[in-house]
Amino acid sequence: MTVKTLTVVHDLLATNKQAAAAIRGELRGRGILAVNLLSSPGSGKTTLLEALADRFRGRFRLAVIEGDIETERDAERIRAKGVPAWQITTGGACHLEARMIGKVLAGIPADIDFLFIENVGNLVCPASYDLGEQVRLVLLSSPEGDDKPAKYPQAFLSADALVLTKADLLPYLPFDPARASAEARAIKPALRVFTVSALRGEGLDELAAWLVDALERLRSGHA
Amino acid sequence: MHELSLVASMFAILEEQARAHGATRVTAVVLKVGVMSGAVPDLLESAFEAYRKGTLAEGARLEIVVVPVKLRCPDCGGSTVREDTDFSCSACGSRRVEIVEGRDLVVDKIELETDGA
Repeated sequence: MTVKTLTVVHDLLATNKQAAAAIRGELRGRGILAVNLLSSPGSGKTTLLEALADRFRGRFRLAVIEGDIETERDAERIRAKGVPAWQITTGGACHLEARMIGKVLAGIPADIDFLFIENVGNLVCPASYDLGEQVRLVLLSSPEGDDKPAKYPQAFLSADALVLTKADLLPYLPFDPARASAEARAIKPALRVFTVSALRGEGLDELAAWLVDALERLRSGHA
Repeated sequence: MHELSLVASMFAILEEQARAHGATRVTAVVLKVGVMSGAVPDLLESAFEAYRKGTLAEGARLEIVVVPVKLRCPDCGGSTVREDTDFSCSACGSRRVEIVEGRDLVVDKIELETDGA
């Protein structure tokens, strides 16, 4: 019997990273901007997507991948807006992985502009998994409290933009948008911040324009 | 809690390495866990205990090395080791720091047992 010690240096997330890189390459080739949405449950990801579907109607084509532990509910809400949607039910897993996206990708129409991926509601685990997106949004709703960036730094560090949602509730809550964005920018200075009410439409133009700009940069080869 | 899926990836690596080296048993694994890897050492240990039964790493010892966050500052060239979430350079205060260590989750070393000489 022989015992030997090997130095392996093998990244546990390597398989996911490879799958994500393949997805990113494929979507870039098809001129599609993929946007990964991270947040706690109930922060308004689906409502934001419904509002963006209304805002983009007639100008851009969208498709949505919905990640949830159970149910087809979110996908049904998106389909009701006339947007094709695929539900991935993870059956207990707390995040989506790139391979799950890869399995759905072949069925997604070739002529879309934006592919939105609504991750499982969780501010922790999804931050560790690249899904092959070009843009990552982290949502923080006013009822959750403005102290969350410092408590869940990785989600904010990994994002390109912070969307402060449910701005219509700000008059009733002690949530300070300036404090939330300052905390988030202490973690990531380059983070863009949008304050949005998906119900009333406030801030949606700015967010939509920023996404369109990201799409144009992808298509002109500058992203 | 995604540690179980991380441990499943780890066992795929262990089995692949054992096969490649003709090993019959994995006796130890050294895992480097970055403070910002999103994985929790205690939960990795529990997941490892639960997963290893019936595998060729059933009797293996898991050693976890926690890797702190190391920042490099492009403004002054300084390095900072951080345990908290203040992502600024300790030398000049710049916030344009780059995270150079502490985000990875890596199987660093494996101890294998092979039959024969």
